[in-house]
Amino acid sequence: MIAIIDYGLGNLHSVSKAVERLGFKAVVTADRNEILEADAAILPGVGAFGDAMAYLRETGMDDATRAYAASGKPLLGICLGMQLLFAEGEEHGSHEGLGLLPGRVVRFEGDYKIPHMGWNRLDFLRPSPLTAGLEEGHVYFVHSYHVHVGEESHLVATADYYQPVTAIVERGNVYGMQFHPEKSGELGMSLLRNFLGLARG
Amino acid sequence: MLAKRIIPCLDVKDGRVVKGVNFVNLRDAGDPVELAALYDREGADELVFLDISASVEGRATMIEVVRRTAGEITIPFTVGGGISQVDDMKRILRAGADKIGINTAAVLNPRLISDGARRFGSQCIVVAVDAKFNSEWGEWEVYTHGGRKASGIRALEWVRQAESLGAGELLLTSMDADGTKDGFDIALTRAVSDAAGIPVIASGGAGRTEHFGEVFREGRADAGLAATIFHYKELTVAAVKDELRREGVEVR
Repeated sequence: MIAIIDYGLGNLHSVSKAVERLGFKAVVTADRNEILEADAAILPGVGAFGDAMAYLRETGMDDATRAYAASGKPLLGICLGMQLLFAEGEEHGSHEGLGLLPGRVVRFEGDYKIPHMGWNRLDFLRPSPLTAGLEEGHVYFVHSYHVHVGEESHLVATADYYQPVTAIVERGNVYGMQFHPEKSGELGMSLLRNFLGLARG
Repeated sequence: MLAKRIIPCLDVKDGRVVKGVNFVNLRDAGDPVELAALYDREGADELVFLDISASVEGRATMIEVVRRTAGEITIPFTVGGGISQVDDMKRILRAGADKIGINTAAVLNPRLISDGARRFGSQCIVVAVDAKFNSEWGEWEVYTHGGRKASGIRALEWVRQAESLGAGELLLTSMDADGTKDGFDIALTRAVSDAAGIPVIASGGAGRTEHFGEVFREGRADAGLAATIFHYKELTVAAVKDELRREGVEVR
């Protein structure tokens, strides 16, 4: 069973359908026990960092997510869900994140189109179970903020958008994808399949 | 850098694809969900559904189409047609669409753009603009109601306003080029791309693979949209992308 953590934000339908298409059972849940029993968990998210953290705290899903990460089972943050894994976000003022990875979430600044929206090519920086057997290709991004990792070794892949943009991160059993694997065609589904392959049972 | 996008557009009426469908390898060529899944497999980067249902029942059917599509495809999709309120947007986004296209309703009530952007984020709001050259003005005029009504509004002014209100993207249809298959309207697309700081999807006039490269290079478009030529298999998404790669344009 794959738990998709529901904290009252975002469209979870596409993520859960994608998981099911890959042959896994998905449950969209805000039940701490159900989450902790799952073989893998996904923290999705769209919208603003501060709002999302507030929702996570209100629903107790912040603790549930940290407890899940501590269990050693695979946890994946997608888009804003990846950003929430980090220590600090600055969207609309500074906010504390889940602190599962060191780093900061900062706004794109520059004379280029924001949000970073569309298909961009991944550059793989180091081997990871997520990218095993896959070739670099395009995935679908939509975001106005991006992550400055605190520890370079956590970076698995970046995309080039006027700077290297953090695209995939990994720290032990905690993973993050800035793009939407469920909206990224075959490569996105393969990345998601690799993550789900880490689930026991 | 971002890849240029190729976007097939499906006209849907009462839950069925209406315009030019010529697919022998589909069980039900009139089913928008099956057609969407086929385009996904063929390498389309995104899809646009244009709901042209006139009835309340037809619109309710569209929600079901959106839900089924969201469960089937692995690329983003936009739904437009007849959306005039924030609540309409919410229903469609909840059903699984990634973006909402608004056209006439935005011209009549520009606040719809800002309300939608505030509520759902700019990335969800695609403002569709139907434009036609007005020779008296020497520039392009916005048309509404499916191209039937001249609005008296200058297209370049409108796109700037739409952007400042929070539009995330522009879907620009040239009424002069539409249906000609002689190529996209480069002058219009270039003028709008230069006027706007948000991505521009060029639409209307595609007939050959080279037309896409033209509109990306000379028109500075971010994406190219077409309907009939893809539906009738005059062109495939894969052939368009092969040509673009040969021309050195980055595609997925």
